[in-house]
Amino acid sequence: MSAPFSWIKPHPWGVEVVPAGAFIDPARAVDKALVTHGHADHARGGHGETFATPETLAIMELRYRTGAADDAGEIPHKAMPVEYGETIRLPGGVDATYIPAGHVLGSAQILLEHAGERVVITGDYKRRADPTCAPFEVTPCDIFITEATFGLPLFTHPPISEEMGKLLSALEGNPEGSVLVGAYALGKAQRVIAELRAAGHTDTIYLHGAMEKMCRLYEEHGVDLGELKLVADHTKDDMAGSIVIAPPSALNDRWSRRLPNPVTAMASGWMRVRGRARQRGVELPLIISDHADWNELTDTIRQVNPTETWITHGREEALLRWCELNQRHARALAMVGREEEDEG
Amino acid sequence: MKAFSTLLDTLVYTTSRNRKLAMIADYLRDTPDPDRGWALGALTGELDFHGVKSSTVRNLMKDRVDPVLWSLSRDFVGDTAETASLLWPQNGEPDENPPSVDEVVQLLTSLNRNTAPKELPKLLDRLDANGRFALIKLATGGMRVGVSARLAKTAFAQAFDVNVEDVEEYWHALEPPYTELFQWAAEGADPPDVSNRPMFRPFMLAHPLEDGQVEKGVDLKDYAAEWKWDGIRVQLVRVTNENGVAETRLYSRSGDDISASFPEMLDKLPMDAVLDGELMVRGTVQGGEKGGAASFNALQQRLGRKTVSKKMLAEAPAFVRLYDTLILEGEDLRENPWEHRRGSLEQLMGRLPSSHFDLSRKVEARDFDHLAEIREGAREDAIEGLMLKRRDAPYIAGRKVGLWYKWKRDPLLIDCVLMYAQRGSGKRSSFYSDYTFGCWNGDPDTGAELLPVGKAYSGFTDAELKKLDRLVRQTTLNRFGPVREVERTLVFEVAFDSVHSSKRHKSGLAMRFPRIHRIRWDKPVHEADRIEALRSLVRD
Repeated sequence: MSAPFSWIKPHPWGVEVVPAGAFIDPARAVDKALVTHGHADHARGGHGETFATPETLAIMELRYRTGAADDAGEIPHKAMPVEYGETIRLPGGVDATYIPAGHVLGSAQILLEHAGERVVITGDYKRRADPTCAPFEVTPCDIFITEATFGLPLFTHPPISEEMGKLLSALEGNPEGSVLVGAYALGKAQRVIAELRAAGHTDTIYLHGAMEKMCRLYEEHGVDLGELKLVADHTKDDMAGSIVIAPPSALNDRWSRRLPNPVTAMASGWMRVRGRARQRGVELPLIISDHADWNELTDTIRQVNPTETWITHGREEALLRWCELNQRHARALAMVGREEEDEG
Repeated sequence: MKAFSTLLDTLVYTTSRNRKLAMIADYLRDTPDPDRGWALGALTGELDFHGVKSSTVRNLMKDRVDPVLWSLSRDFVGDTAETASLLWPQNGEPDENPPSVDEVVQLLTSLNRNTAPKELPKLLDRLDANGRFALIKLATGGMRVGVSARLAKTAFAQAFDVNVEDVEEYWHALEPPYTELFQWAAEGADPPDVSNRPMFRPFMLAHPLEDGQVEKGVDLKDYAAEWKWDGIRVQLVRVTNENGVAETRLYSRSGDDISASFPEMLDKLPMDAVLDGELMVRGTVQGGEKGGAASFNALQQRLGRKTVSKKMLAEAPAFVRLYDTLILEGEDLRENPWEHRRGSLEQLMGRLPSSHFDLSRKVEARDFDHLAEIREGAREDAIEGLMLKRRDAPYIAGRKVGLWYKWKRDPLLIDCVLMYAQRGSGKRSSFYSDYTFGCWNGDPDTGAELLPVGKAYSGFTDAELKKLDRLVRQTTLNRFGPVREVERTLVFEVAFDSVHSSKRHKSGLAMRFPRIHRIRWDKPVHEADRIEALRSLVRD
């Protein structure tokens, strides 16, 4: 009998499931990949077999298989769909179960079971309700491998209804102009739109071209986003008094000159810190995140109540400190290449 | 407090000057007295609460938040007030109707060092995160919301459609919450009577003389030249009130009252007057042994003190080198040409004690080339450079083009090696933007070491900052909180005004106004300068 948990091995570029010859969210191409969700820092192209939820596979398909090979000339993966709640048997006697993580459409935690030991990898997750994806489920385990993107006690995301209120009143205050919202193209953009609809905003929302395909994909998966039009097809006059959604990189780009007198907003958990908003020239910070905030991170560790907590990426020092103060075993894995500044 | 904290919060995110002006003006019009006056005092940095310091807030947090989590958070945010406002463990729900600015100010005024730690938490509990941010900023001073005192006064003038120069004139005679000022501007009451108060008049300032301006028509015969002395610009004001009691005050360039730091100057003016000059400490570095002044370093030891010891008064006696006369015995001379005012000043000298006053002498030159020659000689005397003042110009507040020029001598330059970088504050909180650099203590090829000689956080573009930030992250050797030690790979050409001996630094040297002059991506580090080179420039 080998040492406990020797079958699970963290590397800077991904967690290895040794008996299965598989890797979770590897940052380099491997033969067998288990992918938690579709963001580029977790899901890359070029693997052999890719195990993920059908939604995540569809997102990867959209991003990496526009033709026979992706932009980098890599060979498309072999899609291995796994439904939420489904358990698959991997080589070496490892069972993998995909459980909703509440991060974006199709996002999953992965429960690994081997020799009576249970390991959960969260990928990225949040605990708030989100009309565009299935909610996070607490899954008891021995080792809990968690993210810590917002792992500092200063990060507490306000209720999204407050932030929607700020956005709609900014729009009201600028009836001849527009409000340009920077939002990550996968997940954040669709969530903002769906929340606007839920708040009773039925007007046409205008999109930057880079958002279009992902919004259509969400709609095909049953998320109603209401009437969407492309900025490129319309004049300034058409867009007066409207909300426009664009990727954060477009906020200060020349592209935004085609909009009628825009107030610049950005939807991100980083907007909690004034300096971050100022740095990007954001006039209306919207604290909206698809990641767990500090209280959600610490509550989740308490609820899952693992023997050990491993932290993949983010502000791991503070979360380690919290574990120490609460007599919990923890270690930081120092994963590389995670966390894009705009995704949050 | 709600309207005030919303104002601060929106100001933080607004970059357009016009929109800032409009927001402040709206607030001043819509908010009742005395709240708006306190807010104006806060924006202009005129409020000071002795019982609450930044350390009071830090100590409150220390009792409530784990120190490691606090310092990790503080490093990330880059601002103590903001970090505290976010990490405050709220006891109960914030008030439905938060306290008014006036209530908060009254309470803060009543606090001392013993009561503040008990009372401040109650107030913090009544506010939400934005309200707490506003409260801490208000209590500890230094808003840092991108609004200068001048901008706030301009907004005041705009709100009530009055002249901003009039506002400036009354300003320094009044105190927050400026009820008289609002009555005058908003309700058409008589202007505040300031004649019997020792008030500050805004300084006349100079533009730098750029290369090429001489060719473009700045003619030396229209101007008088004086040395630009390296002390601090001051205004000395004496007024006799209606009871016949004379009061003298000393103001710094920004209009701060610094009388308490220089008590020896307060009983030396024998007549009512408003005089403009350079405050310095006796010594020999500037201008030689006879009537000379010490370096700025010596003056610095005396700045910012609330009380001054006898020893300090004896060792570093202050005096004022006079530049100009604004008002003399009730007569306002500001409209007169400089030559007339200079004449009055020269006559006045005989009536002033030479122990505490002397006259800034004129520098005579045949032409600009001759003047440039004289200016270059200034390096040996450790003087900052020359001032050029138009002979026929009145004394006009602010920086009016063509009247006064400062012609600084070229800065000193030295090649240093980047050693440590620290994260900036505010807008730069995610960038490593403060750089500590060093010089070699011997021959780098035979094992010499670098010793830190200074720190700079300006002189580079945003694009260069990004590149520097990347370099720091890629070449980090060690982390000490917000500071990173980096591999010795980069040479900075550092510009500075002067260098002095200092016991505080391991190198024994301290630079004045160091800034990055050029980033020498191309230069090998062993070609950077040695400590000796820097030490040879010391003039203490």
